[in-house]
Amino acid sequence: MSRQQVQRIGFALLALAAVTVVLPILLVIGNIVVRGLAAINWEFLTTMPKNGMKAGGIFPALVGTLLLTLGTAVVCIPMGVGGAIYLSEYARDTWLTRAVRLAIVNLAGIPSIVYGLFGLGLFVLFLQFGTSILAGSLTLAIMTLPVIISTSEEALRAVPMEFRTVSFSLGGTRWQGIRNIVLPQALPGIITGIILGLLRAAGETAPILFTVAAFYLPRLPRSPFDQTMALPYHLYVISTQVPGMPKHIQYGTALVLLAVVLSMNIVATLIRSYFRRRRQW
Amino acid sequence: MHDTRRRWMEFAIEAVIQVLGISTIGIVLLIFAFLLREGLPVFFQVPLTNFLDVRWYPTFGMFGVLPLLLGSAFVTFTAIAIALPLGVATAVFVREVAPNWAREILKPLIEVLAGIPSVVLGFFGMTFIAPRVREILGAPTGLTAFTGALVLAYMSLPTIISVAEDALDAVPKSYRDAGLAIGATQWQTIWRVVVPAARSGIVTAVMLGMGRAIGETMAVMMVTGNAARMPLTLDSFFRPVRTMTATIAAEMGEVAKGSVHYRALFAIGILLFVVTFFINLTAARAIFTKRRRGGLR
Repeated sequence: MSRQQVQRIGFALLALAAVTVVLPILLVIGNIVVRGLAAINWEFLTTMPKNGMKAGGIFPALVGTLLLTLGTAVVCIPMGVGGAIYLSEYARDTWLTRAVRLAIVNLAGIPSIVYGLFGLGLFVLFLQFGTSILAGSLTLAIMTLPVIISTSEEALRAVPMEFRTVSFSLGGTRWQGIRNIVLPQALPGIITGIILGLLRAAGETAPILFTVAAFYLPRLPRSPFDQTMALPYHLYVISTQVPGMPKHIQYGTALVLLAVVLSMNIVATLIRSYFRRRRQW
Repeated sequence: MHDTRRRWMEFAIEAVIQVLGISTIGIVLLIFAFLLREGLPVFFQVPLTNFLDVRWYPTFGMFGVLPLLLGSAFVTFTAIAIALPLGVATAVFVREVAPNWAREILKPLIEVLAGIPSVVLGFFGMTFIAPRVREILGAPTGLTAFTGALVLAYMSLPTIISVAEDALDAVPKSYRDAGLAIGATQWQTIWRVVVPAARSGIVTAVMLGMGRAIGETMAVMMVTGNAARMPLTLDSFFRPVRTMTATIAAEMGEVAKGSVHYRALFAIGILLFVVTFFINLTAARAIFTKRRRGGLR
């Protein structure tokens, strides 16, 4: 066999591997969309579950997930972007900076269920927030923090050094340069990172198992100290904990969760590619 | 007058930013401290030999974590055995071989996979993969270690592919040119020059994928069947298994706060924290070596 033939076969195998990776993704999405679409209607999205969740809609779970994502955003955006500005613009290469980076790498690697344990220990029990939206949002926010810090830092670092030196040379202070020049330039990248972080938070189940999630609570929460249902946990419950659950409700719930997460994903991708094309540097 | 006020504002803002940056260290320490606080007391309540036993029957006071630890290791290594060749081959294809149009399709799809919630993949595993595994094997259940490993492999693929791709991307073009210039085919250049040059990054990719797999909870809990048994024989691939993460998730909701069982679950959390800490520490080494800023190169 000639070298060219080997190469041709090799490339074909590589392509086969890529197809093997990608096809199941399409299969998952296709399967859930096709089988879930039958359950989706206005009533399914906007009414309370009934009859031990075997009938009715998923309204409280949908609202719960939106509230949790919002709560997560409020906490982790300022913390994450602030941390990223520190790392990109202020931190010099000292042992402290290296410790911060190590901490972020490790935060990113901590299993989500361990975040759940931490949230239970600190927010639910020690600070006595109880199983509540507050405790769940804080837990999710800490889990999301490393994602937002590292993507934001990357966006800030991509802004050329010259932009900062020009701002300096015009008599601006360091903070003025960051606020008026660097941040606006990095904003699309930062927003993309924030959306990617939040979509992960919206889809997570393990961190909210013991910190917020209500098994079956057919009403809307009234305060941040209330429990709430949430889409991912609801899907887990109706697919493993409730015997005799109608299939179309399971698939419908999976589809709604998938749609929430994928639409956030698409928005992030669009923002990124739009601004990348428009960028002048 | 106006100027001093602004200087104070800036001083305050910069101080807040510094505190935010450094607080990440505090958060890691806080997490570890709370795991220790809730979990460590169990070692004074239950003899250590009880933990190193092969039986996890909390209601009978038996807290042997070995089947859970081995269960996690078993599922994780099987998943990586599937994901490593697939992931590296895909990364090489995307970075070195694929035409532009294929790259434009592959990369967003892989990103989509990274975004699919684990509970959705678990649901798909339960309703779609498990029945087929059962049929093919003729086994009593499709909820097996293999089913779990398969789902986990796909969950760690996005991490492995994107980090490996970055590693290939960091190999200078001159390496490829040199390979081709001495008469090697592109295929030979890829496997004898580019991939070896990117080796440390690929190792990082696999470590990170492994960290992802070992910490994964919901999908694993939904598809592995959750029987706490020692996976020591070959047929363990096709029998139920139970991981550390699934044990915490399944049992924490039902235990009394402060009970021995509650503390034992936190002790498993400590174990998970330590294991993933070292996996990430190893992976991080390679990350720290490359830092660059846009514009000036």
